[in-house]
Amino acid sequence: MGDHHHGPAKGLTRWITTTNHKDIGSMYLWFSFAMFILGGAFAMIIRAELFQPGLQLVEPGFFNQMTTMHGLVMVFGAIMPSFVGLANWMIPMMIGAPDMALPRMNNLSFWILPPSFIMLACTLFMDGGAPQAGWTFYAPLSTTYAPPSVTFFIFSVHLLGVSSIMGSINIIATVMNLRAPGMTYMKMPLFVWTWLITAFLLVAVMPVLAGAVTMMLMDVHFGTSFFSAAGGGDPVLFQHVFWFFGHPEVYIIILPAFGVVSQIIPTFSRKRLFGYDSMVYATASIAFLSFIVWAHHMFTVGMPVAGELFFMYATMLIAVPTGVKVFNWVTTMWRGSLTFETPMMFSIGFLILFTIGGFTGLMLAIAPVDFQYHDSYFVVAHFHYVMVAGAIFSMSAAIYYWLPKWCGRMYNEKMGQLHFWVSFVGFNLAFFPQHFVGLAGMPRRIPDYALQFTDFNMMSSIGAFIYGAAQILFLYNVIATIVSGKPTSEEKTWEGAEGLEWTVATPAPYHTFETPPPVK
Amino acid sequence: MTSQTSTEYEKYYVPPKSRLAIFTTIGLVLSVFGASHVLNDMTFGDPSVETNSWSIFLTGLFVFIATLFAWFKMTIKENMAGMNSAQLKKSYVLGMFWFIFSEVMFFAAFFGALFYVRNLSGPWLGGEGEAGRMNSLLWEGFQFSWPLITTPQDAVGGAGAQLMANNGTYLGAEKSMAFANAHAWWAWLPLWNTILLITSSFTVHIAHSGLLAGNKKKFNLWLAISVTLAVVFLYVQYLEYHEAYAEFGLMLSSGTYGSTFFMLTGFHGFHVFMGMTMLLVQLIRSLKSNHFTAEDHFGFEASSWYWHFVDVVWVMLFLFVYIL
Ligand code: HEM
Ligand SMILES: [Cu+2]
Repeated sequence: MGDHHHGPAKGLTRWITTTNHKDIGSMYLWFSFAMFILGGAFAMIIRAELFQPGLQLVEPGFFNQMTTMHGLVMVFGAIMPSFVGLANWMIPMMIGAPDMALPRMNNLSFWILPPSFIMLACTLFMDGGAPQAGWTFYAPLSTTYAPPSVTFFIFSVHLLGVSSIMGSINIIATVMNLRAPGMTYMKMPLFVWTWLITAFLLVAVMPVLAGAVTMMLMDVHFGTSFFSAAGGGDPVLFQHVFWFFGHPEVYIIILPAFGVVSQIIPTFSRKRLFGYDSMVYATASIAFLSFIVWAHHMFTVGMPVAGELFFMYATMLIAVPTGVKVFNWVTTMWRGSLTFETPMMFSIGFLILFTIGGFTGLMLAIAPVDFQYHDSYFVVAHFHYVMVAGAIFSMSAAIYYWLPKWCGRMYNEKMGQLHFWVSFVGFNLAFFPQHFVGLAGMPRRIPDYALQFTDFNMMSSIGAFIYGAAQILFLYNVIATIVSGKPTSEEKTWEGAEGLEWTVATPAPYHTFETPPPVK
Repeated sequence: MTSQTSTEYEKYYVPPKSRLAIFTTIGLVLSVFGASHVLNDMTFGDPSVETNSWSIFLTGLFVFIATLFAWFKMTIKENMAGMNSAQLKKSYVLGMFWFIFSEVMFFAAFFGALFYVRNLSGPWLGGEGEAGRMNSLLWEGFQFSWPLITTPQDAVGGAGAQLMANNGTYLGAEKSMAFANAHAWWAWLPLWNTILLITSSFTVHIAHSGLLAGNKKKFNLWLAISVTLAVVFLYVQYLEYHEAYAEFGLMLSSGTYGSTFFMLTGFHGFHVFMGMTMLLVQLIRSLKSNHFTAEDHFGFEASSWYWHFVDVVWVMLFLFVYIL
């Protein structure tokens, strides 16, 4: 059939009309990098203001807009789309599929994103400024006391949700339906497994987020009283609905990252992944548990004691499957013949720092002590250890790991190592001290602070600038590789790598597996 | 397991480049951008200033609907041309299933809100339990009962008298939509709507079995009956809303009862409208172009699943919004 051998169209049309999973994956990856830079710029403003106590650079109201936009752009614009991009590139190649199951819808899922983020960013220039209620946009800050731009914010969240739901339906259909014959579920690479489960989470909770913002919309414009006690509602209801989405959301962010390191660590240990089955079950149980722990974000709002206890114990339970995973990764490396190329360095960095983030999570899970930690910089430290050192480190690892396969050129190992070490040092310098200021009582989302926090905050800011600079290095590395990296045509870039993606030509042809490959 | 060779394998149809996605995006983005402006004009705007937000919204909506029409038409044409392998059809089945699941979760958020205000935060506002201590401080005299007819604001004497920041007027209704008069049970509209929708689920099923038996006449007839029932349902729902507004003074702003009542029934009604449109399109396809055979009728099947889903949501609504 002639039209099956179509190559890419020319120019901009190629990207606008494409149905090819690799094109769409690349667009997602570049877009998410752009958002990473944008969100990073907001973060730099925050850290510059916090370099010293007192107000020097920005107004408090604008500071709040910055923390809000930083969080929203990083979570919804940088991390989530980057992993969707990875899913697009890798899942069809890993399961021997010709493409994603619903290619035109795939293109739609991507193209909705850029305009909705443009709309979100434009709120900064509207009357009254951008929303300033934080990335968790609690009512009534996001309803009664919100600037008019909140309406645009709400619809932009709706669009992101539509995009995510379509993207996940596509992933589910691809994984359930397009596996090559012989690729049974329990033979799937772990990255595919974690994405399948992530996609279930997304389909389940993005509509709940849509419900939350819809209630906000109605409260703002139509006088409903979901979040207003005067009409019989409750602002705390917002927190319940938001966190019913929000906690699974943090696992949506981290599960694909688990998948990535589960691919990379075996490769550079030259051993098979230890405990494959238990990895699958652990992922599934984390996903299940993530639905029944949401109120650990709300220990201080005045829940009944039974609720505090339930959510405390349920949250601690999550540490068990998470521990299983950490154990398996470490055991995979045990007595392996290890080498430390850049992807492996980022994966080991992930392993160590994510574990720290998991431990601080456990501390936060203890309801009585969370009364002190809540809304302090300790929480900020916790979630940056899991989201930056967890999700973004693993994303960096993934790029170095698969980039040679994608573009047929090898990155410069020295530059990769440099990127890792600068990131690692910068990250820890930025976020480790935040544990201390948090425990000592510095609240989050505040543009000024008491004098005794100055030293740690200066360290934090310097670390943040270093980490930010490292990402420019990253951008340089990626572009330099694509433009002038050393050409490679080896099918297996890494000698220890396993999986179907390493059986196709390098660079990967525009269409892989028009008919399914044999699976052992 | 040995692998299949490529000769036995039916190719999976990967469509070539397509402009459908970008037009859908343009339509979607224009319509939400316009809708945001429409709402902001309404709430924060100056009524004397003319804006073009409605035209942006409607243009977007038009582009969106037109593109969807083209998209479905293309998909149908591809199927008729035999391009869809059995495997591709399974992708559509999965897509529809998980789409409906996401809709279930959307409704779950609103049912969850209903449960929360009825069983937890409502009683707390009314003074129950530990959290109820605020009642005597902020909402003195407020007693909670469901359906909520007197809002906390009403109880303390209106928006001006309330100690909490005044953020709007929440005037309770005179009467709820719940079942009230055992002597005139036949005039209770939700009951009729329940009968209508449950019947329509059966008639859609009869249409399906007609199709499976190759009896297109039976299919068309029962599908037409189903669509008619859907239209009647929407009409009765309109009467019910009219009654709520005009006679009972129940509005979106009538406290949590009005909020949950209108949001749940409103979103459901919108879904009924969508489901009716889907069924109607299938009917037109069948009548005009003689689409659908006993083996190949996914368009109809998907619409019928959607219809059953809408029906189940109604049963839940009837139970939790009207009866309990
Ligand atoms: C062992 C696993 C984990 C446990 C026990 C845990 C526990 C907690 C708890 C109790 C809080 C609330 C703290 C407070 O506000 O007082 C929290 C906050 C947070 N966690 Fe975790 N967590 C874990 C893993 C993760 C992961 C994997 C991520 C994301 C990748 C994550 C992201 C977040 C975020 C973003 C917040 C802050 C939300 C906000 O208020 O802005 N956590 N965590
Ligand atoms: Cu959580």
